[in-house]
Amino acid sequence: MSSADLTSERDLPPEREATAKGDVAPERDGPRDTGMDDASLHRWLARTWRTPPGIIGALSSVDHKVVARRYLITAFVFLCLGGLNAVAMRIQLSGPQRGLIGPDLYNQLFTMHGVTMMFLFAVPIVQATGIYLVPLMVGSRNIAFPRLNAFSYWIYVSGGLFAWVSFALSMAPDVGWFAYVPLSGPEFGPGKRADVWAQMITYTEVSSLAVAVATIVTVFKQRAPGMSLDKIPLYVWALLVTSFVVVFAMPAVMITSTFLILDRLVGTHIFNPAEGGDALLFQHLFWFFGHPEVYIIFLPATGMVSAIIPAFARRPAFGHLGLVLSLIAVGFLSFGLWVHHMFATGLPKLGASFFTASSMLIAIPNGVQIFCWLATLWDGRPVIRTPLLFVFGFFFIFVIGGLTGVMLASVPLDLQVHDTYFVVAHFHYVLIGGSVFPLLGAAYFWFPKITGRMMSERLGHWHFWLAFIGFNAAFFPMHLVGLWGMPRRVYTYPAELGWGNINLFITGGAVLFFLSFVLFTLNLVHGALKGAPAGDNPWDAGTLEWATSSPPPSYNFARIPIVTNVEPLWAEREVLPVATGLRVDVRELLISTVAEAHPDIREKSATPSIWPLFAAIAVGGTFLYSIFTPWAIVWGAAPIAITLIGWFWPKDTPEDEE
Amino acid sequence: MKRLASMAFAAASVLSLQGCAGWQSALDPKGPAASELAWLIWFFTGLCAVVWVLVMIALAAPVLMRPPRRTEPLVLDAGADHRKLRVVAIAVGLTAAILVGLTLLSFFANRTLAAIGSDAALTIRVTGHQWWWEVRYEDATPSRILTTANEIHIPAGEPVRLLLTSTDVIHSFWVPSLAGKLDLIPGHINVLDIKADKPGTYRGQCAEFCGAQHANMGTFIIAEPRAKFDAWWNDQLQPAAPPTGDEAKAGADLFLKRPCVMCHKIGGTPAGGTVAPDLTHVASRRTLAAGSLTMSRGNLAAWIADPQGIKPGSHMPVVELNGDELNAIVAYLEGLK
Repeated sequence: MSSADLTSERDLPPEREATAKGDVAPERDGPRDTGMDDASLHRWLARTWRTPPGIIGALSSVDHKVVARRYLITAFVFLCLGGLNAVAMRIQLSGPQRGLIGPDLYNQLFTMHGVTMMFLFAVPIVQATGIYLVPLMVGSRNIAFPRLNAFSYWIYVSGGLFAWVSFALSMAPDVGWFAYVPLSGPEFGPGKRADVWAQMITYTEVSSLAVAVATIVTVFKQRAPGMSLDKIPLYVWALLVTSFVVVFAMPAVMITSTFLILDRLVGTHIFNPAEGGDALLFQHLFWFFGHPEVYIIFLPATGMVSAIIPAFARRPAFGHLGLVLSLIAVGFLSFGLWVHHMFATGLPKLGASFFTASSMLIAIPNGVQIFCWLATLWDGRPVIRTPLLFVFGFFFIFVIGGLTGVMLASVPLDLQVHDTYFVVAHFHYVLIGGSVFPLLGAAYFWFPKITGRMMSERLGHWHFWLAFIGFNAAFFPMHLVGLWGMPRRVYTYPAELGWGNINLFITGGAVLFFLSFVLFTLNLVHGALKGAPAGDNPWDAGTLEWATSSPPPSYNFARIPIVTNVEPLWAEREVLPVATGLRVDVRELLISTVAEAHPDIREKSATPSIWPLFAAIAVGGTFLYSIFTPWAIVWGAAPIAITLIGWFWPKDTPEDEE
Repeated sequence: MKRLASMAFAAASVLSLQGCAGWQSALDPKGPAASELAWLIWFFTGLCAVVWVLVMIALAAPVLMRPPRRTEPLVLDAGADHRKLRVVAIAVGLTAAILVGLTLLSFFANRTLAAIGSDAALTIRVTGHQWWWEVRYEDATPSRILTTANEIHIPAGEPVRLLLTSTDVIHSFWVPSLAGKLDLIPGHINVLDIKADKPGTYRGQCAEFCGAQHANMGTFIIAEPRAKFDAWWNDQLQPAAPPTGDEAKAGADLFLKRPCVMCHKIGGTPAGGTVAPDLTHVASRRTLAAGSLTMSRGNLAAWIADPQGIKPGSHMPVVELNGDELNAIVAYLEGLK
């Protein structure tokens, strides 16, 4: 079934049609999709929206699906690299006083593991999934600001290369992923290692902010007609809330890392207590970003869970409104808990206790989400497929992580477990259980849409059980060894403390967990090459991305669908109603109103361009140069300006048309 | 899933029997603060386990009870949904009630902890260094102020106030069997009150990543009966024992001629460096290099000959010594009881 078979024209209410078609001068008009037959419509749209051929064409692509695929593959590569870091660390820790890896390398390994997993894997991959799915789910032809989106990918890749080339040169940061001063400051962090940390943050945050802005605008302004706020899919809501959290949280860490660079390169004393600065300021700034960061990774995963459960429970999510309000509540509250990362710094007791209460509070909206999902599943026997298995794994693991989070929220209790392996266990239960398991489920769920082929169910089941057992074997015992007194970030430990056997057990689990990803890779490759053809909607799910072909054409939808229900494909079993009136000879999007999604104006979407790549090279080069001298900002401004002029060169085309 | 969980738990419990006997365990409390915290940990763990089991039952129910599969996704039973809404509302209410309870519990535990050291008579200033602990016993009489390193002797059964600070990077002082951890931050002074119920030796180590040798920054709290503690303090106030025997005398001489003297202090001699541990009574301590090696003649020699092999990155430099010189210095240090 192609998208055209699903769509047909339906009479629009007269006022809508008038708005959609607009009332513009004929000489500025080109051919429209109104009344055009399917074959010529496809020909027109394919020519207008295609990514140009050749290498230059590929590098110029602004198609959200092309950019998202690149993001997904790159992030997966970083996941594997970060995983190899972890395996190396686990081998070193498999017995007391092992001499395989010395402190210098070990400290780089755990820093690179954290930095890679947080900044190069988790945040980019959840955003990339959004880049792919959000425009499809809201029924649009491309993401908003497609060139900015392409730019974000190039910046992200250069940041990742920057960090990993530094590691290859043994100048990777060795100060932990949160790089506390004074350890990372000018006096105790010699060489360029801490500078690499600070600037690497800047790359990834610039890229992340760009995606967040594009996502917000796509969700607010490019929704298909009829997709009023109450009909937005939960996954899209999750990405919207996440993007707002990104917009408010990321500047805090960019300020932190910039202050650090200033202290290190320019000689300011912002964090130097000897000159009136304060080392704790760094921690406040960092965690004001760092705690929301957890939710930046977790909220999109909840969106995935909210998309997978209805498809297999065969009903819309129970408590849609409650789920949306929980997402928004979590987004707000995530900014009010940062101090629980700092309970051991000796803050005033009353103030710290306030953060106990606020940290406990965030468990309520998260609880609402868990209960609503469970209630969705209660209605009938769910269809057990690999994506749902991973969602079950998510419940099993994430609930443990959430509950140990409640333990950490208590100031006195935290003082025993803070900075121990108990915390390592906790946040891996939260991040792997809360985000990676849903992501793996999402991979099985949306792989058919992206490639047009199914992944193997049998391999999928093997993959799930190996990952599930490996994960729990690796991380559950860490709770215990933490309570027995083992601190984090130690490259070795004395034999007489009796942590040897349990650490060997943990290492075994970690190896199993790593092997599960090998199996996953096999399944991905096998699925892409030999998987059974998927068809448009293999799971009979209800949201718009399943209305178009798999993989979707460059223009996503031949005709823009009209949405009548939160699960439009379930509500309109025969044919989706569509809106018409868009031009087919230029890239035109339908822009709708924020709340009601009434069709409002037609707007041009940017054409492919090589300039975002050049701009990213100029910006990336400036960041790289700036770890050596602050003058990089001055000299780098010129090439950046030139590339931006190229990027925004006037197109001589008319402005937006009503 | 359940079977797996119970298997994992069984495996973990077997391992735990071996580990709980450790002398650095939060689950093996030896003082009032750690006891209060261990109780809190077990209470939270128990309650969380109950909640987790309930959620897992709710998750397994629709799979195990095998209700009929739904056919029409959009055909919903309004009555059933209304009942579910009530169940969800009750669950959210219970969650909120549990969280309020735990919050109050944690407030009261905090108050209990704060009361433990309110009448502490002894104050010890602990300063973190990369990668050792400077320990200074405060006293109103200046001549009774005592500086030592890495081992903290305290009177058993009495609260002791620790003033924590750092001169380089952030460290964290953590002796799990006595109390929770607290950071040592340059420019700040944090107050941690500890009390050991019974005489004994309690191990701790730095809990905040502080650079290359974070893993080898151990400390010991040695709780003794009051009389023994007082005697120890008086002994430690004495200047270093003069060297006996030719080898030790040569060692004392060498110590002053070689770079050792630049960093270390030995009371009663011209050696007065303060950037490294005070060695006046070094041989009376049970370990070397902040818990890295047990104190012995062989380990003293090894540490001086190859500090970068034992503790890579540490600030103890390699001092060029031939075999006789090394033996002499070790003989001298070994006598500094």
